[in-house]
Amino acid sequence: MNPEQKRTIPPSPSKIKGYITAILFIILIWGSSVKTESSIGEFIVGFPNIMDLLGQMFPPNWGYFNNITDAMLETIRMAVIGTTFGAILSIPVTLFSASNLVQNAWIFYPVRFILNLIRTIPDLLLAAIFVAIFGLGSLPGILSLTVFSIGIIAKLTYEAIESIDQGPLEAMTAVGANKIQLIVFGVIPQVLAYFISYILYTFEINVRAAAVLGLVGAGGIGLFYNKTLGFLEYDKASSIILYTLVVVLFIDFISTKLREKLI
Amino acid sequence: MIEFIDVSKTYPNGFQGLKKINLKIEKGEFVVIVGLSGAGKSTLLRSINKLNEITDGEILIDGISITDATGADLRRIRRDIGMIFQNFNLVKRSTVLRNVLSGRVGYHSTWRTIFGLFPKEDENLAFDALERVNILDKAYTRADQLSGGQQQRVSIARALAQEAKIILADEPVASLDPLTTKQVMDDLQRINQELGITTIVNLHHVELAKEYATRIIGMRAGEVVFDGPAAKADDETFAEIYGQGIKESGLLGESVS
Repeated sequence: MNPEQKRTIPPSPSKIKGYITAILFIILIWGSSVKTESSIGEFIVGFPNIMDLLGQMFPPNWGYFNNITDAMLETIRMAVIGTTFGAILSIPVTLFSASNLVQNAWIFYPVRFILNLIRTIPDLLLAAIFVAIFGLGSLPGILSLTVFSIGIIAKLTYEAIESIDQGPLEAMTAVGANKIQLIVFGVIPQVLAYFISYILYTFEINVRAAAVLGLVGAGGIGLFYNKTLGFLEYDKASSIILYTLVVVLFIDFISTKLREKLI
Repeated sequence: MIEFIDVSKTYPNGFQGLKKINLKIEKGEFVVIVGLSGAGKSTLLRSINKLNEITDGEILIDGISITDATGADLRRIRRDIGMIFQNFNLVKRSTVLRNVLSGRVGYHSTWRTIFGLFPKEDENLAFDALERVNILDKAYTRADQLSGGQQQRVSIARALAQEAKIILADEPVASLDPLTTKQVMDDLQRINQELGITTIVNLHHVELAKEYATRIIGMRAGEVVFDGPAAKADDETFAEIYGQGIKESGLLGESVS
Protein backbone atom coordinates (compact mmCIF):
# COMPACT_ATOMS: atom_id res chain seq x y z
CA MET A 1 0.00 0.00 0.00
CA ASN A 2 1.18 3.47 -0.71
CA PRO A 3 1.77 5.16 2.69
CA GLU A 4 1.46 8.60 1.20
CA GLN A 5 -2.10 7.89 0.12
CA LYS A 6 -4.49 9.40 2.61
CA ARG A 7 -6.83 6.84 4.07
CA THR A 8 -10.38 7.87 4.69
CA ILE A 9 -11.71 5.80 7.56
CA PRO A 10 -15.51 5.72 7.53
CA PRO A 11 -17.10 6.96 10.76
CA SER A 12 -18.04 4.10 13.06
CA PRO A 13 -21.78 3.45 13.19
CA SER A 14 -23.70 4.92 16.08
CA LYS A 15 -23.97 2.71 19.16
CA ILE A 16 -27.14 4.39 20.40
CA LYS A 17 -29.38 1.59 19.05
CA GLY A 18 -27.58 -0.99 21.15
CA TYR A 19 -27.81 1.13 24.31
CA ILE A 20 -31.53 1.73 23.86
CA THR A 21 -32.15 -2.00 23.31
CA ALA A 22 -30.24 -2.85 26.50
CA ILE A 23 -32.12 -0.22 28.54
CA LEU A 24 -35.52 -1.38 27.24
CA PHE A 25 -34.62 -4.98 28.04
CA ILE A 26 -33.63 -4.13 31.64
CA ILE A 27 -36.84 -2.12 32.12
CA LEU A 28 -38.86 -5.09 30.81
CA ILE A 29 -37.24 -7.55 33.24
CA TRP A 30 -37.45 -5.18 36.19
CA GLY A 31 -41.06 -4.25 35.40
CA SER A 32 -42.10 -7.90 35.11
CA SER A 33 -40.51 -8.74 38.42
CA VAL A 34 -42.19 -5.84 40.19
CA LYS A 35 -45.61 -6.64 38.69
CA THR A 36 -45.42 -10.32 39.60
CA GLU A 37 -44.20 -9.37 43.08
CA SER A 38 -41.25 -11.72 42.89
CA SER A 39 -37.82 -10.69 44.08
CA ILE A 40 -34.40 -12.20 44.59
CA GLY A 41 -34.81 -11.63 48.32
CA GLU A 42 -37.88 -13.80 48.34
CA PHE A 43 -35.97 -16.51 46.52
CA ILE A 44 -33.18 -16.43 49.12
CA VAL A 45 -35.66 -16.54 52.01
CA GLY A 46 -37.48 -19.48 50.42
CA PHE A 47 -34.35 -21.36 49.48
CA PRO A 48 -34.04 -23.47 52.65
CA ASN A 49 -37.54 -24.81 51.92
CA ILE A 50 -36.17 -26.41 48.79
CA MET A 51 -33.62 -28.33 50.81
CA ASP A 52 -36.33 -29.18 53.27
CA LEU A 53 -38.55 -30.58 50.50
CA LEU A 54 -35.69 -32.49 48.91
CA GLY A 55 -34.93 -33.97 52.32
CA GLN A 56 -38.49 -35.20 52.61
CA MET A 57 -38.39 -36.61 49.10
CA PHE A 58 -35.35 -38.70 49.94
CA PRO A 59 -35.28 -41.64 50.01
CA PRO A 60 -38.01 -42.27 47.43
CA ASN A 61 -40.66 -44.78 48.40
CA TRP A 62 -39.49 -47.66 46.21
CA GLY A 63 -42.44 -49.84 47.13
CA TYR A 64 -44.77 -47.29 45.56
CA PHE A 65 -43.55 -48.25 42.07
CA ASN A 66 -45.91 -51.24 42.07
CA ASN A 67 -48.92 -49.02 42.74
CA ILE A 68 -48.23 -46.68 39.86
CA THR A 69 -47.13 -49.07 37.10
CA ASP A 70 -50.70 -49.41 35.83
CA ALA A 71 -51.06 -45.63 35.69
CA MET A 72 -47.71 -45.32 33.92
CA LEU A 73 -48.75 -47.86 31.30
CA GLU A 74 -52.02 -45.99 30.89
CA THR A 75 -50.03 -42.81 30.29
CA ILE A 76 -48.02 -44.47 27.53
CA ARG A 77 -51.13 -46.01 25.98
CA MET A 78 -52.80 -42.60 25.95
CA ALA A 79 -49.78 -41.18 24.16
CA VAL A 80 -49.77 -44.05 21.63
CA ILE A 81 -53.46 -43.71 20.80
CA GLY A 82 -53.42 -39.92 20.81
CA THR A 83 -50.38 -39.75 18.52
CA THR A 84 -51.79 -42.35 16.14
CA PHE A 85 -55.16 -40.65 15.73
CA GLY A 86 -53.44 -37.29 15.51
CA ALA A 87 -51.17 -38.59 12.74
CA ILE A 88 -54.08 -40.03 10.75
CA LEU A 89 -56.15 -36.86 11.06
CA SER A 90 -53.16 -34.67 10.21
CA ILE A 91 -52.83 -36.23 6.73
CA PRO A 92 -55.76 -34.37 5.10
CA VAL A 93 -54.92 -31.20 7.05
CA THR A 94 -51.34 -31.41 5.76
CA LEU A 95 -52.38 -31.86 2.14
CA PHE A 96 -54.71 -28.87 2.30
CA SER A 97 -52.06 -26.63 3.90
CA ALA A 98 -49.29 -27.21 1.36
CA SER A 99 -49.26 -24.31 -1.08
CA ASN A 100 -47.57 -26.37 -3.80
CA LEU A 101 -50.39 -28.95 -3.78
CA VAL A 102 -53.39 -26.69 -3.25
CA GLN A 103 -52.69 -23.65 -5.36
CA ASN A 104 -55.80 -21.90 -4.09
CA ALA A 105 -54.87 -19.41 -1.34
CA TRP A 106 -58.51 -19.38 -0.22
CA ILE A 107 -58.04 -22.95 0.92
CA PHE A 108 -54.53 -23.22 2.35
CA TYR A 109 -54.50 -19.97 4.33
CA PRO A 110 -57.68 -20.72 6.31
CA VAL A 111 -56.52 -24.30 6.97
CA ARG A 112 -53.16 -23.02 8.20
CA PHE A 113 -54.92 -20.44 10.33
CA ILE A 114 -56.94 -23.16 12.06
CA LEU A 115 -53.74 -25.15 12.48
CA ASN A 116 -52.04 -22.18 14.16
CA LEU A 117 -55.07 -21.72 16.38
CA ILE A 118 -54.87 -25.35 17.51
CA ARG A 119 -51.21 -24.96 18.36
CA THR A 120 -51.80 -21.92 20.54
CA ILE A 121 -54.07 -23.87 22.93
CA PRO A 122 -51.95 -25.46 25.70
CA ASP A 123 -52.48 -29.23 26.01
CA LEU A 124 -53.49 -28.90 29.66
CA LEU A 125 -56.23 -26.44 28.73
CA LEU A 126 -57.43 -28.77 25.96
CA ALA A 127 -57.56 -31.60 28.48
CA ALA A 128 -59.51 -29.44 30.96
CA ILE A 129 -62.05 -28.62 28.24
CA PHE A 130 -62.45 -32.28 27.24
CA VAL A 131 -62.78 -33.32 30.91
CA ALA A 132 -65.59 -30.80 31.23
CA ILE A 133 -67.29 -32.39 28.20
CA PHE A 134 -66.62 -36.11 28.65
CA GLY A 135 -65.96 -36.34 32.38
CA LEU A 136 -62.90 -37.72 34.21
CA GLY A 137 -60.84 -40.53 32.68
CA SER A 138 -58.32 -41.18 29.95
CA LEU A 139 -60.69 -40.45 27.04
CA PRO A 140 -60.43 -36.64 27.40
CA GLY A 141 -56.67 -37.08 27.75
CA ILE A 142 -56.49 -39.04 24.50
CA LEU A 143 -58.65 -36.48 22.71
CA SER A 144 -56.51 -33.58 23.84
CA LEU A 145 -53.33 -35.40 22.77
CA THR A 146 -54.95 -36.10 19.39
CA VAL A 147 -55.72 -32.44 18.78
CA PHE A 148 -52.32 -31.42 20.12
CA SER A 149 -50.59 -33.92 17.76
CA ILE A 150 -52.44 -32.66 14.69
CA GLY A 151 -51.02 -29.20 15.40
CA ILE A 152 -47.43 -30.39 15.47
CA ILE A 153 -47.42 -33.15 12.83
CA ALA A 154 -49.44 -31.25 10.23
CA LYS A 155 -47.33 -28.12 10.60
CA LEU A 156 -43.97 -29.92 10.26
CA THR A 157 -45.18 -32.15 7.42
CA TYR A 158 -46.69 -29.45 5.25
CA GLU A 159 -43.45 -27.54 5.52
CA ALA A 160 -41.61 -30.69 4.41
CA ILE A 161 -44.00 -31.02 1.46
CA GLU A 162 -43.39 -27.44 0.43
CA SER A 163 -39.66 -28.07 0.28
CA ILE A 164 -39.76 -31.22 -1.89
CA ASP A 165 -38.30 -31.48 -5.37
CA GLN A 166 -41.01 -30.21 -7.76
CA GLY A 167 -39.54 -32.10 -10.71
CA PRO A 168 -41.30 -35.43 -10.10
CA LEU A 169 -44.62 -33.59 -9.72
CA GLU A 170 -44.09 -32.04 -13.13
CA ALA A 171 -43.24 -35.46 -14.53
CA MET A 172 -46.39 -36.97 -13.02
CA THR A 173 -48.48 -34.17 -14.52
CA ALA A 174 -46.87 -34.90 -17.87
CA VAL A 175 -47.74 -38.63 -17.80
CA GLY A 176 -51.40 -37.73 -17.27
CA ALA A 177 -51.72 -38.47 -13.54
CA ASN A 178 -54.62 -36.98 -11.61
CA LYS A 179 -54.12 -35.08 -8.37
CA ILE A 180 -54.33 -38.14 -6.10
CA GLN A 181 -51.96 -40.17 -8.28
CA LEU A 182 -49.58 -37.21 -8.34
CA ILE A 183 -49.57 -37.15 -4.54
CA VAL A 184 -49.18 -40.92 -4.19
CA PHE A 185 -46.34 -41.22 -6.72
CA GLY A 186 -44.68 -37.81 -6.54
CA VAL A 187 -45.16 -36.46 -3.03
CA ILE A 188 -45.50 -39.36 -0.58
CA PRO A 189 -42.22 -41.13 -1.43
CA GLN A 190 -40.43 -37.83 -0.89
CA VAL A 191 -41.94 -37.00 2.52
CA LEU A 192 -42.81 -40.38 4.07
CA ALA A 193 -39.58 -40.66 6.07
CA TYR A 194 -40.03 -37.14 7.42
CA PHE A 195 -43.66 -37.81 8.28
CA ILE A 196 -42.79 -40.91 10.30
CA SER A 197 -39.96 -39.08 12.00
CA TYR A 198 -42.34 -36.27 13.01
CA ILE A 199 -44.81 -38.82 14.38
CA LEU A 200 -42.09 -40.29 16.59
CA TYR A 201 -41.03 -36.84 17.71
CA THR A 202 -44.63 -35.99 18.57
CA PHE A 203 -44.93 -39.27 20.46
CA GLU A 204 -41.98 -38.22 22.64
CA ILE A 205 -43.67 -34.91 23.40
CA ASN A 206 -46.99 -36.65 24.05
CA VAL A 207 -45.56 -39.04 26.64
CA ARG A 208 -44.28 -36.04 28.56
CA ALA A 209 -47.56 -34.18 28.11
CA ALA A 210 -49.62 -37.25 29.09
CA ALA A 211 -47.69 -37.48 32.34
CA VAL A 212 -49.18 -34.22 33.60
CA LEU A 213 -52.66 -34.43 32.03
CA GLY A 214 -53.84 -36.25 35.17
CA LEU A 215 -53.54 -32.95 37.03
CA VAL A 216 -56.82 -31.88 35.43
CA GLY A 217 -58.35 -35.34 35.73
CA ALA A 218 -57.58 -36.55 32.22
CA GLY A 219 -56.10 -39.91 33.25
CA GLY A 220 -52.58 -41.28 33.47
CA ILE A 221 -49.82 -40.91 36.03
CA GLY A 222 -50.58 -37.21 36.61
CA LEU A 223 -53.47 -38.20 38.86
CA PHE A 224 -50.96 -39.59 41.33
CA TYR A 225 -48.90 -36.40 41.42
CA ASN A 226 -52.01 -34.60 42.50
CA LYS A 227 -52.85 -37.19 45.13
CA THR A 228 -49.41 -37.59 46.70
CA LEU A 229 -48.59 -33.88 46.67
CA GLY A 230 -52.02 -33.17 48.17
CA PHE A 231 -51.36 -35.58 51.03
CA LEU A 232 -47.80 -34.23 51.44
CA GLU A 233 -46.40 -37.70 50.68
CA TYR A 234 -43.19 -36.39 49.18
CA ASP A 235 -41.38 -39.72 49.22
CA LYS A 236 -44.08 -41.15 46.95
CA ALA A 237 -44.06 -38.05 44.77
CA SER A 238 -40.33 -38.40 44.24
CA SER A 239 -40.70 -42.03 43.18
CA ILE A 240 -43.31 -40.96 40.60
CA ILE A 241 -40.95 -38.30 39.30
CA LEU A 242 -38.08 -40.79 39.04
CA TYR A 243 -40.30 -43.36 37.36
CA THR A 244 -41.53 -40.79 34.83
CA LEU A 245 -37.98 -39.64 34.18
CA VAL A 246 -36.78 -43.18 33.45
CA VAL A 247 -39.71 -43.96 31.13
CA VAL A 248 -39.44 -40.66 29.25
CA LEU A 249 -35.67 -41.00 28.82
CA PHE A 250 -36.08 -44.55 27.58
CA ILE A 251 -38.76 -43.62 25.03
CA ASP A 252 -36.80 -40.56 23.89
CA PHE A 253 -33.70 -42.67 23.40
CA ILE A 254 -35.48 -45.34 21.31
CA SER A 255 -37.36 -42.74 19.27
CA THR A 256 -34.26 -40.65 18.58
CA LYS A 257 -32.38 -43.74 17.41
CA LEU A 258 -35.25 -44.67 15.10
CA ARG A 259 -35.43 -41.15 13.69
CA GLU A 260 -31.70 -41.12 12.97
CA LYS A 261 -32.17 -44.29 10.94
CA LEU A 262 -35.07 -42.79 8.99
CA ILE A 263 -33.54 -39.64 7.59
CA MET B 1 -49.34 -35.50 -36.09
CA ILE B 2 -48.81 -32.30 -34.13
CA GLU B 3 -50.15 -29.06 -35.55
CA PHE B 4 -49.43 -25.54 -34.31
CA ILE B 5 -51.95 -23.01 -35.60
CA ASP B 6 -51.03 -19.36 -35.00
CA VAL B 7 -49.70 -20.18 -31.56
CA SER B 8 -48.64 -17.23 -29.41
CA LYS B 9 -47.66 -16.97 -25.79
CA THR B 10 -47.54 -13.68 -23.96
CA TYR B 11 -46.37 -13.72 -20.35
CA PRO B 12 -48.20 -11.59 -17.77
CA ASN B 13 -45.30 -9.11 -17.83
CA GLY B 14 -45.87 -8.56 -21.54
CA PHE B 15 -42.92 -10.62 -22.80
CA GLN B 16 -43.75 -12.54 -25.95
CA GLY B 17 -42.45 -16.08 -25.58
CA LEU B 18 -43.94 -17.36 -28.84
CA LYS B 19 -45.04 -15.32 -31.84
CA LYS B 20 -47.58 -16.76 -34.28
CA ILE B 21 -46.02 -20.17 -34.64
CA ASN B 22 -47.31 -22.39 -37.42
CA LEU B 23 -45.85 -25.88 -37.62
CA LYS B 24 -46.77 -29.39 -38.65
CA ILE B 25 -44.83 -32.31 -37.26
CA GLU B 26 -45.55 -35.65 -38.90
CA LYS B 27 -45.61 -39.02 -37.19
CA GLY B 28 -42.19 -40.63 -36.81
CA GLU B 29 -40.13 -37.50 -37.30
CA PHE B 30 -37.04 -36.81 -35.18
CA VAL B 31 -37.18 -33.07 -34.74
CA VAL B 32 -34.51 -31.08 -32.98
CA ILE B 33 -35.30 -27.55 -31.89
CA VAL B 34 -32.25 -25.31 -31.58
CA GLY B 35 -31.83 -21.74 -30.48
CA LEU B 36 -30.37 -19.54 -27.78
CA SER B 37 -31.57 -19.72 -24.18
CA GLY B 38 -34.76 -17.69 -23.97
CA ALA B 39 -35.55 -18.10 -27.66
CA GLY B 40 -38.72 -20.01 -26.77
CA LYS B 41 -37.59 -23.62 -27.30
CA SER B 42 -38.79 -24.80 -23.92
CA THR B 43 -42.01 -22.83 -24.13
CA LEU B 44 -42.74 -24.38 -27.51
CA LEU B 45 -42.01 -27.91 -26.33
CA ARG B 46 -43.94 -27.60 -23.10
CA SER B 47 -46.96 -26.17 -24.84
CA ILE B 48 -47.35 -29.46 -26.73
CA ASN B 49 -48.45 -31.30 -23.56
CA LYS B 50 -49.88 -28.15 -21.98
CA LEU B 51 -47.33 -27.94 -19.17
CA ASN B 52 -47.23 -24.35 -20.40
CA GLU B 53 -50.47 -22.70 -21.44
CA ILE B 54 -50.51 -20.72 -24.64
CA THR B 55 -52.38 -17.43 -24.83
CA ASP B 56 -53.39 -17.53 -28.50
CA GLY B 57 -53.91 -20.05 -31.27
CA GLU B 58 -54.40 -23.77 -31.02
CA ILE B 59 -52.34 -26.96 -30.83
CA LEU B 60 -53.79 -30.16 -32.28
CA ILE B 61 -52.50 -33.62 -31.43
CA ASP B 62 -53.75 -36.12 -34.03
CA GLY B 63 -56.53 -33.68 -34.83
CA ILE B 64 -57.65 -33.20 -31.22
CA SER B 65 -57.12 -29.83 -29.59
CA ILE B 66 -55.07 -30.03 -26.41
CA THR B 67 -55.53 -26.31 -25.98
CA ASP B 68 -59.24 -26.75 -25.23
CA ALA B 69 -58.84 -30.01 -23.28
CA THR B 70 -59.24 -30.03 -19.51
CA GLY B 71 -59.59 -32.59 -16.73
CA ALA B 72 -59.85 -36.22 -17.79
CA ASP B 73 -59.62 -35.35 -21.53
CA LEU B 74 -56.36 -33.50 -20.95
CA ARG B 75 -54.95 -36.38 -18.91
CA ARG B 76 -55.93 -38.83 -21.67
CA ILE B 77 -53.96 -36.79 -24.23
CA ARG B 78 -50.97 -36.39 -21.89
CA ARG B 79 -50.93 -40.15 -21.33
CA ASP B 80 -49.84 -40.56 -24.94
CA ILE B 81 -47.03 -38.00 -24.69
CA GLY B 82 -43.85 -38.98 -22.86
CA MET B 83 -41.64 -36.27 -21.48
CA ILE B 84 -37.94 -36.28 -20.67
CA PHE B 85 -36.47 -33.48 -18.57
CA GLN B 86 -33.03 -32.01 -18.13
CA ASN B 87 -33.06 -32.95 -14.41
CA PHE B 88 -34.60 -36.40 -15.06
CA ASN B 89 -37.42 -35.67 -12.56
CA LEU B 90 -37.43 -39.12 -11.07
CA VAL B 91 -38.59 -39.76 -7.51
CA LYS B 92 -35.16 -40.40 -6.05
CA ARG B 93 -36.36 -42.34 -3.02
CA SER B 94 -38.40 -44.78 -5.11
CA THR B 95 -37.06 -47.78 -7.01
CA VAL B 96 -36.35 -47.64 -10.71
CA LEU B 97 -39.27 -50.01 -11.36
CA ARG B 98 -41.73 -47.85 -9.47
CA ASN B 99 -40.52 -44.79 -11.36
CA VAL B 100 -41.09 -46.56 -14.66
CA LEU B 101 -44.48 -47.90 -13.54
CA SER B 102 -45.52 -44.37 -12.60
CA GLY B 103 -45.76 -43.84 -16.36
CA ARG B 104 -48.73 -46.26 -16.36
CA VAL B 105 -50.96 -44.45 -13.87
CA GLY B 106 -52.97 -42.77 -16.62
CA TYR B 107 -54.23 -46.20 -17.72
CA HIS B 108 -55.75 -47.30 -14.41
CA SER B 109 -58.23 -46.23 -11.78
CA THR B 110 -57.02 -44.05 -8.95
CA TRP B 111 -57.71 -46.81 -6.38
CA ARG B 112 -55.71 -49.37 -8.24
CA THR B 113 -52.70 -47.10 -8.55
CA ILE B 114 -52.84 -45.93 -4.91
CA PHE B 115 -52.19 -49.48 -3.79
CA GLY B 116 -49.64 -50.08 -6.55
CA LEU B 117 -51.74 -52.90 -8.03
CA PHE B 118 -50.37 -52.77 -11.55
CA PRO B 119 -51.33 -55.73 -13.73
CA LYS B 120 -48.67 -58.22 -14.78
CA GLU B 121 -48.65 -56.83 -18.33
CA ASP B 122 -47.68 -53.43 -16.98
CA GLU B 123 -44.74 -54.88 -15.13
CA ASN B 124 -43.66 -56.67 -18.29
CA LEU B 125 -43.97 -53.41 -20.20
CA ALA B 126 -41.77 -51.74 -17.60
CA PHE B 127 -39.18 -54.51 -17.82
CA ASP B 128 -39.23 -54.34 -21.63
CA ALA B 129 -38.71 -50.60 -21.48
CA LEU B 130 -35.79 -50.97 -19.09
CA GLU B 131 -34.27 -53.63 -21.29
CA ARG B 132 -34.56 -51.35 -24.31
CA VAL B 133 -32.39 -48.74 -22.60
CA ASN B 134 -30.00 -51.40 -21.22
CA ILE B 135 -30.72 -50.85 -17.57
CA LEU B 136 -32.86 -53.86 -16.68
CA ASP B 137 -30.46 -55.03 -13.97
CA LYS B 138 -31.15 -51.86 -11.98
CA ALA B 139 -34.92 -52.44 -11.76
CA TYR B 140 -34.98 -52.79 -7.98
CA THR B 141 -32.32 -50.18 -7.24
CA ARG B 142 -33.32 -46.88 -5.70
CA ALA B 143 -33.18 -44.13 -8.30
CA ASP B 144 -30.76 -41.98 -6.29
CA GLN B 145 -28.18 -44.77 -6.49
CA LEU B 146 -27.83 -44.31 -10.26
CA SER B 147 -25.56 -42.01 -12.23
CA GLY B 148 -26.98 -39.11 -14.22
CA GLY B 149 -26.91 -40.99 -17.51
CA GLN B 150 -28.60 -44.02 -15.98
CA GLN B 151 -31.29 -41.83 -14.41
CA GLN B 152 -31.98 -40.25 -17.78
CA ARG B 153 -32.37 -43.71 -19.31
CA VAL B 154 -34.86 -44.57 -16.57
CA SER B 155 -36.86 -41.51 -17.53
CA ILE B 156 -36.79 -42.65 -21.16
CA ALA B 157 -38.02 -46.05 -19.96
CA ARG B 158 -40.85 -44.27 -18.15
CA ALA B 159 -41.91 -42.64 -21.41
CA LEU B 160 -41.72 -46.03 -23.17
CA ALA B 161 -43.77 -47.77 -20.48
CA GLN B 162 -46.33 -45.05 -21.02
CA GLU B 163 -46.65 -46.40 -24.60
CA ALA B 164 -46.25 -42.82 -25.70
CA LYS B 165 -46.85 -41.91 -29.33
CA ILE B 166 -44.83 -38.74 -28.94
CA ILE B 167 -41.70 -38.14 -26.86
CA LEU B 168 -40.77 -34.61 -25.85
CA ALA B 169 -37.25 -34.13 -24.52
CA ASP B 170 -36.43 -30.79 -22.94
CA GLU B 171 -32.62 -30.41 -22.91
CA PRO B 172 -32.22 -34.13 -22.14
CA VAL B 173 -28.42 -34.07 -22.20
CA ALA B 174 -27.65 -30.64 -20.78
CA SER B 175 -26.48 -32.06 -17.44
CA LEU B 176 -24.66 -35.11 -18.85
CA ASP B 177 -21.05 -35.66 -19.91
CA PRO B 178 -20.20 -36.18 -23.61
CA LEU B 179 -20.11 -39.99 -23.39
CA THR B 180 -23.46 -40.41 -21.64
CA THR B 181 -24.83 -37.71 -23.91
CA LYS B 182 -24.11 -39.96 -26.87
CA GLN B 183 -25.69 -42.98 -25.17
CA VAL B 184 -28.87 -41.09 -24.33
CA MET B 185 -29.15 -39.55 -27.80
CA ASP B 186 -28.54 -42.97 -29.37
CA ASP B 187 -31.32 -44.42 -27.19
CA LEU B 188 -33.70 -41.70 -28.32
CA GLN B 189 -32.76 -42.24 -31.96
CA ARG B 190 -33.13 -46.00 -31.76
CA ILE B 191 -36.55 -45.71 -30.12
CA ASN B 192 -37.60 -43.25 -32.79
CA GLN B 193 -36.49 -45.55 -35.58
CA GLU B 194 -37.60 -48.89 -34.16
CA LEU B 195 -40.92 -47.87 -32.64
CA GLY B 196 -41.73 -44.93 -34.87
CA ILE B 197 -42.36 -42.64 -31.91
CA THR B 198 -42.41 -39.01 -32.94
CA THR B 199 -39.54 -37.40 -31.05
CA ILE B 200 -39.01 -33.71 -30.43
CA VAL B 201 -35.83 -32.68 -28.67
CA ASN B 202 -34.59 -29.31 -27.47
CA LEU B 203 -30.84 -29.01 -27.77
CA HIS B 204 -28.20 -26.38 -27.23
CA HIS B 205 -25.65 -28.23 -29.23
CA VAL B 206 -25.53 -27.64 -32.98
CA GLU B 207 -23.37 -30.67 -33.75
CA LEU B 208 -25.77 -33.00 -31.93
CA ALA B 209 -28.68 -31.49 -33.79
CA LYS B 210 -27.02 -32.14 -37.15
CA GLU B 211 -26.06 -35.67 -36.18
CA TYR B 212 -29.42 -36.92 -34.89
CA ALA B 213 -32.20 -34.82 -36.35
CA THR B 214 -34.22 -35.63 -39.45
CA ARG B 215 -35.55 -32.13 -39.24
CA ILE B 216 -34.24 -29.03 -37.53
CA ILE B 217 -36.35 -26.16 -36.28
CA GLY B 218 -34.42 -23.02 -35.43
CA MET B 219 -35.93 -20.52 -33.05
CA ARG B 220 -35.00 -16.97 -32.33
CA ALA B 221 -36.88 -14.50 -30.11
CA GLY B 222 -40.07 -16.56 -30.14
CA GLU B 223 -40.17 -17.11 -33.88
CA VAL B 224 -39.30 -20.01 -36.15
CA VAL B 225 -36.40 -18.74 -38.26
CA PHE B 226 -35.46 -22.08 -39.84
CA ASP B 227 -37.41 -25.21 -40.55
CA GLY B 228 -36.03 -27.91 -42.78
CA PRO B 229 -34.18 -31.21 -43.10
CA ALA B 230 -30.97 -31.49 -41.10
CA ALA B 231 -28.95 -31.81 -44.30
CA LYS B 232 -30.07 -28.37 -45.44
CA ALA B 233 -28.92 -26.67 -42.24
CA ASP B 234 -25.45 -25.26 -42.90
CA ASP B 235 -23.24 -22.85 -41.01
CA GLU B 236 -25.11 -19.89 -42.50
CA THR B 237 -28.34 -21.24 -41.07
CA PHE B 238 -26.94 -21.59 -37.59
CA ALA B 239 -25.40 -18.15 -37.79
CA GLU B 240 -28.89 -16.89 -38.58
CA ILE B 241 -30.41 -18.77 -35.63
CA TYR B 242 -27.77 -17.86 -33.09
CA GLY B 243 -26.81 -14.46 -34.40
CA GLN B 244 -23.36 -13.78 -35.81
CA GLY B 245 -21.57 -14.54 -32.52
CA ILE B 246 -21.50 -18.26 -33.11
CA LYS B 247 -18.93 -18.16 -35.93
CA GLU B 248 -16.25 -16.48 -33.86
CA SER B 249 -16.92 -18.63 -30.78
CA GLY B 250 -15.96 -21.71 -32.78
CA LEU B 251 -18.99 -23.57 -31.43
CA LEU B 252 -19.78 -24.92 -34.87
CA GLY B 253 -16.51 -26.81 -35.08
CA GLU B 254 -16.91 -28.46 -31.70
CA SER B 255 -17.85 -32.12 -31.70
CA VAL B 256 -19.07 -34.62 -29.16
CA SER B 257 -17.07 -37.42 -27.48
